[in-house]
Amino acid sequence: MLDVKNLQVAYGESEIISQLSFSVARKETLAIMGRNGMGKTTLMKALIGILKCRQGSVQVDGLDVAKFDSFKRVDSGLAYVPQGRQIFPTLSVEDNIRTGLVTVGKRKIDDWVYTLFPVLKEMRRRRGGNLSGGQQQQLAIARALVSEPKVLLLDEPTEGIQPSIIQDIARMLNELKKLRDITIVVSEQVLSFTLEIADRILVMEGGRFVHEDLRANVDEAKIHQYLAV
Amino acid sequence: MPLILATSFAELKDIFLMQGFAGFSLFAVFLLMALGLAIIFGQMKVINMAHGEFLTVGAYVTVFLSHMVVNHAPKLLPYYFPAAIVCAFVVAFILGYIVEIGLVKYLYNRPLDTLLATWGLSMILQQACRSLFGAREDTATLPEWMMGSWSPSEGLDIPINGMFLLALAIVMVLLVYALMYRSRWGLKVRATMQNRAMAGAVGINTKRVDRVTFALGCGLAGIAGAAFTTIGSVSPSAGSLYIVDTFIVVVFGGAASLLGTVLSAFTIAQSQSILEFFLTGVLAKIFVLVGVIILLMIRPQGLIASKVRR
Ligand SMILES: Nc1ncnc2c1ncn2[C@@H]1O[C@H](COP(=O)(O)OP(=O)(O)OP(=O)(O)O)[C@@H](O)[C@H]1O
Ligand SMILES: [Mg+2]
Repeated sequence: MLDVKNLQVAYGESEIISQLSFSVARKETLAIMGRNGMGKTTLMKALIGILKCRQGSVQVDGLDVAKFDSFKRVDSGLAYVPQGRQIFPTLSVEDNIRTGLVTVGKRKIDDWVYTLFPVLKEMRRRRGGNLSGGQQQQLAIARALVSEPKVLLLDEPTEGIQPSIIQDIARMLNELKKLRDITIVVSEQVLSFTLEIADRILVMEGGRFVHEDLRANVDEAKIHQYLAV
Repeated sequence: MPLILATSFAELKDIFLMQGFAGFSLFAVFLLMALGLAIIFGQMKVINMAHGEFLTVGAYVTVFLSHMVVNHAPKLLPYYFPAAIVCAFVVAFILGYIVEIGLVKYLYNRPLDTLLATWGLSMILQQACRSLFGAREDTATLPEWMMGSWSPSEGLDIPINGMFLLALAIVMVLLVYALMYRSRWGLKVRATMQNRAMAGAVGINTKRVDRVTFALGCGLAGIAGAAFTTIGSVSPSAGSLYIVDTFIVVVFGGAASLLGTVLSAFTIAQSQSILEFFLTGVLAKIFVLVGVIILLMIRPQGLIASKVRR
């Protein structure tokens, strides 16, 4: 479903990712783990088109989107939940969700959104900026989901969020995977959360993958070692 | 003694009322200009120094149409003005669209370059108007019904065109409000304003939003130009006289707020108009400016600032 080949990403002269290749199967959830500054966000931004891909290809369901603007990538089936959430602070919760509907050309928010995120229903007339961190995270996920993506990109969804809400998010993602035909790429540092949702784990270090595990036979000790400073 | 005081008080009231209503024309022009400038600045942080020239363009379109009507279809004279408003908008919109594609879009995130480039553009547009229409001042022939005044009581004359422009400005504000806060396009604009990269990443074509927003801002200046023909005569430099006032209105109102822009345009147009009765135009302007500066010292964020955690 998602095929990345020889991806190269740089900020000016400093090349963060060079010659990265990986692919994610349909309905698979791939977790990318790594310590701070290892290039997870850089990879995510390059996939959604906020950063330019210097070289390489990014195929979504067979279509190479590496040269596309962000909005066209969303149109081609990618959706992005950024690290730090980045909801639109002065827009109401409803309007935040509606921005994700632009791609599919709808105005009405379907009921399943509020079924999946009951908090957002209570808060739907509030400004996004006045929600708590955990609520904003759910809003950012809802905003991404309404564009009906084939591939969902989640960048550290658990960052700065209390354990009970992390549990909620994990449960919600697993439910989503049952309901929909969706492929997920998630970057993480929290192993327990990752083990709950991922089918496969890649460990990233210095912009390349250094370790791979299927959830079925994951080597927790080894991954912990990679994540420890 | 009390009698004299009473009459002069009544006169004073009439003066205030009359100048106040006369101020509505100025208010309408300020408001339409400021609305366009604020939308463009809010959306892409571009300060459009050529904004005044879009007023000039709208004014010339109106004058041109009025000449056409006078010469070829005098029967239409009472009706042409609304059509002129629409044409002024359309021409300024199209010109703005072309300017965005040809110039402004290359300069996003380079505020100083944009300032210089749009200033240069304003020179070019002024010269173009001079070559096309001549340097002489030109006036639109207004329909009869806009010229008279209405006197509800003795000593009080309310110019009809002021009322007409007031209505026009109110309609435009409501339209812009509906567009920005009730339409899908407005949603795209507001999202892009707040976080451009993220707006793209949720599926909004931000470049197209930019183009249309810029053109819309210019179109509003074009309407201001049509309105302007009812209170002044047009020359190639007509718009440049308004650009500073427009900046003042936007800054004073707090750049991101529609209500702020309305209040600010109202305050500034009215104080200028009322003070002008007692002082010369320049002195009136100085008083207004001093007032604005003092208020901005007290409230640097402008009249209305948005209250939300960022
Ligand atoms: N705008 C930028 N300009 C230059 N270098 C950058 C920029 N953003 C990130 N970097 C560098 O790129 C590298 C990877 O950063 P990135 O944000 O992708 O890491 P990360 O794995 O997401 O870390 P974290 O877990 O802290 O979010 C870091 O060394 C960082 O210093
Ligand atoms: Mg990161």
